[in-house]
Amino acid sequence: MDDIVKDFLIESYENLDRLDRELVKLESDPSSKELLASIFRTIHTIKGSCGFLGFARLEKLAHAGENLLSRLRDGKLTLSEELTSALLATVDAIRRMLAAIEASGQDGEEDYTSLIERLTALQGEAHPPQDSPPPTATPEKARSSPTSAPAINDVKLDDPSKIGGLLLERGQVRREDLALALEKQEVGRKRIGEILIDQGAVKPEDVMAAQQLLEARNPETPAETIRVGVNLLDRLMNLVGELVLARNQLLQFSNSLQDAGFQAVSQRLNLIATELQEEVMKTRMQPIGNVWNKFPRTVRDLAISCSKEVRLDMEGQDTELDRTIIEAIKDPLTHLVRNCIDHGIEASEARKQAGKLPTGILKLRAFHEGGQVNIEISDDGAGLNGERIRRKAVERGLVSTQQAARMPDRDVFNMIFLPGFSTAEKVTNVSGRGVGMDVVKTNVEKIGGTVDVQSTAGQGTTVKIKIPLTLAIIPALMVTSGRERFAIPQVSLLELVRLESGESTKGIEMVHGAPVYRLRGRLLPLVYLNRELQLAQESMHLKQDHAANIVVVQADGCEFGVVVDEITDTEEIVVKPLGKQLKGITAYSGATIMGDGRVALILDILGLAQRAQVISVRDSALADTVQEKNVVKEEAARDRQTLLVVQCGEHGRMAIPLSLVARLEEFPSSAIEMAGPQEVMQYRGQIMPLIRLSRVIAGVSRETPTPAPGTQLQVVVYSEAGHSVGLVVDRIVDIVEEKLVVQTPAQRRGVLGSSVVQKRVTDLLDVPGVVREVIPAFAESHGSN
Amino acid sequence: MSSQQFCTFLLDGHVFGTPVPKVQEVIQHQEMTRVPLAPEVVSGLINLRGQIVSAIDLRRRLGLEDRPEGQLPMNVVVRTNDGAVSLLVDEIGDVIEVDEETLESPPETLQGFAREVVQGVYKLSGRLLLALDIDRVVDLGDLNKPKANREF
Repeated sequence: MDDIVKDFLIESYENLDRLDRELVKLESDPSSKELLASIFRTIHTIKGSCGFLGFARLEKLAHAGENLLSRLRDGKLTLSEELTSALLATVDAIRRMLAAIEASGQDGEEDYTSLIERLTALQGEAHPPQDSPPPTATPEKARSSPTSAPAINDVKLDDPSKIGGLLLERGQVRREDLALALEKQEVGRKRIGEILIDQGAVKPEDVMAAQQLLEARNPETPAETIRVGVNLLDRLMNLVGELVLARNQLLQFSNSLQDAGFQAVSQRLNLIATELQEEVMKTRMQPIGNVWNKFPRTVRDLAISCSKEVRLDMEGQDTELDRTIIEAIKDPLTHLVRNCIDHGIEASEARKQAGKLPTGILKLRAFHEGGQVNIEISDDGAGLNGERIRRKAVERGLVSTQQAARMPDRDVFNMIFLPGFSTAEKVTNVSGRGVGMDVVKTNVEKIGGTVDVQSTAGQGTTVKIKIPLTLAIIPALMVTSGRERFAIPQVSLLELVRLESGESTKGIEMVHGAPVYRLRGRLLPLVYLNRELQLAQESMHLKQDHAANIVVVQADGCEFGVVVDEITDTEEIVVKPLGKQLKGITAYSGATIMGDGRVALILDILGLAQRAQVISVRDSALADTVQEKNVVKEEAARDRQTLLVVQCGEHGRMAIPLSLVARLEEFPSSAIEMAGPQEVMQYRGQIMPLIRLSRVIAGVSRETPTPAPGTQLQVVVYSEAGHSVGLVVDRIVDIVEEKLVVQTPAQRRGVLGSSVVQKRVTDLLDVPGVVREVIPAFAESHGSN
Repeated sequence: MSSQQFCTFLLDGHVFGTPVPKVQEVIQHQEMTRVPLAPEVVSGLINLRGQIVSAIDLRRRLGLEDRPEGQLPMNVVVRTNDGAVSLLVDEIGDVIEVDEETLESPPETLQGFAREVVQGVYKLSGRLLLALDIDRVVDLGDLNKPKANREF
């Protein structure tokens, strides 16, 4: 294809995208002259170029659109929904023709006669301008100009982004003179400023000043950007990746070589390479607005087809993301937006009845936080119907009726991401087929992101997506197994557990042949990496009683432990794709080159989990699909509660829900200071009051001597509203997961009741109650600052 | 065009070849990273100046006997539709100009997968050159269920 045609295509696609946006904008602001002028110009450019390139059919269609637009611009018509739809249909048709040109070099076979007729018919319909004044020159103005200037000149006259308009605005030129100059410009090719000076209608220095002002106002107009092919950027990124690897090798080398000069040079290279890497990364960054730009159109069309009124608010369009990630989230975002309009926002009537404004608000928000990009899609619609989801889940056999009733709403809402789960009463062509939400989740997780949904009945639904900034260079944990090195992406990493020799045989237990480890009382399914990847069986941890390393990871909401031989280091790695020959192996997401020049495989934790069928370990008999198991497993876990068991006083065996514990700390008793009668200590920049549980609960008299200095205090830190209080206990006994059944009601203050934990009677501590009793003003008094 | 240049290499005593433009470069034996679960014909991954390239053992791919212990293979890096792939061969031969006149279709006796990837046989003086269809060789689609997907 000719370069000239290629350029035309690229330019026209961009122009069409802009048209989409501007037309939708124009619909809400029909009197905007600038918008109309800009739309007219864009269509005109397309028409002009395709006439030049010989695409006659395209030219004809663009011409029909232009004619209609010129009627609008001249104020002969006012914009109606019907007109906008016809113009948008024209944009779509042009887009299809461009696609045909791209594919075949010809402007396609499709018949657009009816569309052209529609456009022509609309032209004829004289919609008399109603309440709003026509966006054109008033008759007086027209008369005042010596040669009644055509309307386009009036647009130009008042446009302060043009030099003439600016001069007019500043009162440095008379309207008549400017209109005359514009007329002259139509004939010749001179610049308006020059013509005006020639006419003697304006002082040359005024033109100069206005010119400078204009340049300052539109800083983006000078050609400071150039078009660069995406391929070139990708190639640059690859080369920089290689440079980073070469740098890593060089650094290793320079460290072993005791040459100060060489070390200095390689340090310098190190800095430059890092900076270069950052800058090149930036070239691949694109504002999320590039994807969002399509949404005003999508929202408009969808709202009309669903007969709803929707306003789209966008915030944080400038938030930047790596190009590859932008591509990956395009479809999920579109789906979510469609869902919001189709299911979330109610029809205007229903909204009025619910006491809301008839126009629903769909809000897109993007922002950076903690090295991640957050995207929120929220609507102020009816919200998710928890009851209906519960019913559906029971119908589909995902959970039992009792389980569904006990499930917290938040978990219920997140079930909409399960495959085949749709609560729409009727299936529309927009959504409701139950495909989609699970695809959204899968796609987001594929790029290392997470999805969460929150909803309040009657007030709306918010879907929150968190995704990493870039995929090209990621932090990873390096491990070895069976003498091979592997990288585990840090996004899936939760924690590392090392079992010293002796412990490993004790800690790892078997459930029907499946190895599990008790992590804080919870059973963590284990995957032996060497077995899973069929590596050499010589791995050390297979020998009885040897130290083992467990990498606790998370995939698809499921935690499991990967047993490896050694954990080496964390490193920033450059992700490289695997050849087609290896694409079928789900256990890897790619490969990388290490500092020593050797290749290491990157583990795909999700793939590994599916391969190892970790998810089935816990309740293999209960359900058939992975997702169902997930739900059931979580349900089973919910019945149980993780409890911290502590000892206070001789007979005070107490349990505290672990969810109330911020941290467990150990302090020397010398750290205690006094604030009035209250024992306090300095903790993380705050003054933390201390409560001696045994004094409060066990009824031990307050005169109990404080332990001798030098002993260690076991402190359970409880936090509320940013303020902490330390509960001093005698001993931390254990962390257990138990089904909590309160058997005897409270008999002592600060105790909710008694239960059997680990076959011993244990009191359940009422932590907030105890804190309020000792420090009545806790959290509230501080709350204000 | 009646003749073209072939890059030749030896495998278990047989001379194989591929048109020169298909070959990107020939390099010494490289240290490889094994890929667990991969099909057996994939010997591993090599680092080709920062690019990660799969190495396919041509002996295994063609159903020949494994290379004797201790004999290090050479890498013939070929250009394919899906990027560079390295083929492991015993030895590199000369670049030979072959006459299209001497081309014959593979003999009927050629069995198995080799039959599918040998496009033709050039009769050179004293020996035969088997022309390989490189894109077919590197497409492991026929091994559709690699070890990776086996249940166990």
